Amino acid sequence: MSYNVDEIRKDFPILERRIRGKQLVYLDNAATTQKPRQVINALVHYYEHYNANIHRGLHTLAEEATAAYEASRVKAGEFVNAAYPEQEIVFTRNTTESINLVANAWGRKFLQPGDEIVFSAMEHHSNLVPWQLIALATGAKLRFIEIDDTGHLIWDDVVAKIGERTKVVAITQMSNVLGTINPVKEIAALAHKFGAIVVVDGAQSVPHMPVDVRDLDCDFLAYSSHKMLGPTGVGVLYGKRDLLHAMDPFLGGGEMIKRVTYEASTYADLPHKYEAGTPNIADVIAFGSAIDFLEGLGMDAVREHEIAITQYAIDRLSQTDGVVVYGPKDAVEKGGAVTFNYRDLHPHDLSQVLDQEAIAIRAGHHCAQPLMRRLDTVATARASFYLYNRNDEVDALIDGIKASDRIFGDVARVAAR
Amino acid sequence: MSQELQLDELYRDLILDHYKNPRHREKVGAPDVTAEGFNPVCGDEIEMELNFDGERLAAIGVRGRGCSISQASASMMSDLVEGKTVSEIRVLTDEFQHMMKEPDAPAPAALGDLEALQGVAKFAVRVKCATLAWHTLNEGIDQHERGDGSVRIEEL
Repeated sequence: MSYNVDEIRKDFPILERRIRGKQLVYLDNAATTQKPRQVINALVHYYEHYNANIHRGLHTLAEEATAAYEASRVKAGEFVNAAYPEQEIVFTRNTTESINLVANAWGRKFLQPGDEIVFSAMEHHSNLVPWQLIALATGAKLRFIEIDDTGHLIWDDVVAKIGERTKVVAITQMSNVLGTINPVKEIAALAHKFGAIVVVDGAQSVPHMPVDVRDLDCDFLAYSSHKMLGPTGVGVLYGKRDLLHAMDPFLGGGEMIKRVTYEASTYADLPHKYEAGTPNIADVIAFGSAIDFLEGLGMDAVREHEIAITQYAIDRLSQTDGVVVYGPKDAVEKGGAVTFNYRDLHPHDLSQVLDQEAIAIRAGHHCAQPLMRRLDTVATARASFYLYNRNDEVDALIDGIKASDRIFGDVARVAAR
Repeated sequence: MSQELQLDELYRDLILDHYKNPRHREKVGAPDVTAEGFNPVCGDEIEMELNFDGERLAAIGVRGRGCSISQASASMMSDLVEGKTVSEIRVLTDEFQHMMKEPDAPAPAALGDLEALQGVAKFAVRVKCATLAWHTLNEGIDQHERGDGSVRIEEL
């Protein structure tokens, strides 16, 4: 079946929405994506037919719910080609919690004063702050890899920063601001020479391109359901089995134990050791339907579609007088997030004008304040695309940007500083 | 069509004029207090220098960068408060805050041109942009009354 955007859109009820009489143009997919009816139906079906707590009940509903929950785990593992999907996938609340799990459970056990944690200058706060906290707790040091003016990691600096003292390399596979795709496989190979673990933030990459943890040879990969057609409230942590065995639990409680006395406990087998308490059963199950949807389209086809629309957007934005586009200009090197500014207009003002045209983009620092400083700006506008976006929505964006001239005209501001 | 009007209600000509030509940009010589306001969510930044003559705010200098609402509000506010006493400024602050909560109530006459910002109250996420300058000013005044020289606030 060939890739047909108009057919795909029919599965997304929200894309029919009109705001103040205008057709919604949803270009904020890096923040969260819309949900197809298959995912929404899976949620409803669960609550209407087999809602039950999992793993403990001995009745039909509990068995059905457990089977569906565990089926989603296998799908989440196979989606990134995990070797042992039943054991190597841990469900969390979101990417952020997945990274916090690694930072705490691995970091507290294995980091020593003087050890180094290396990350990049383009990390989301979620792959930065957990490491800052664990560095404070353990005495480890933080080092970051610089980026060049085109938004790529500087390889010489990768080589300079990763060395004998490196214990953790925390790296995004795809920047949520610049869209840059980082050479994670090469970085992992280098890090492993020094015995460091590699923690990959896949929040932006996994939804948008084929990702293979065995090919990358990463030790951990974190991603989120809600950025790939699934419900909010479900994060995934992939971890190599040996590492998950070696770490201690992150959270304690029910579901994650074998035997408990008042003094001590033994822990459940993988992956339940890391899933304390009742998990987000309904949303995990519906997430399985999101993966089915993506598999049905094929991630190669999704990626191909996004390269085409992203290149179209970069080209049209670059040709628009007054627009500055940040990050790589070749869509093959990046994902579907395009960050830009228009004249001296603050992105919040731009976003406000676009909202009047029912165009949804993101404006602000995108949870990457250090990167904003590196780009010498306080905030940017970001349009981000997904498998259901069309070129005419890019055209609407360009028209909307130009419409801001009607209000702001010649914004020739006094230089602030 | 009514929504089109609403956007014009937000971006009134007076606001755009203050945004494009902000007032009180000049540095205040030897300020008694400096205050910085920062809204990390938007990236709005405001720096203020204040000089007092007893109870009176004798001079205010404001610089910053950010969205039109944050910068215009700072400019309009500085026009209004310079020369006023601290207690008068406190009253104006309360009136401004109240206006940001009540878009449909009549704007207090004492706020003068700042009435133009009343439309902001209809755009909930932009209210913090409009109030950043006021919060920064009041922190600066508090700081002065405590006898300290500088302050930095972050709004979340």
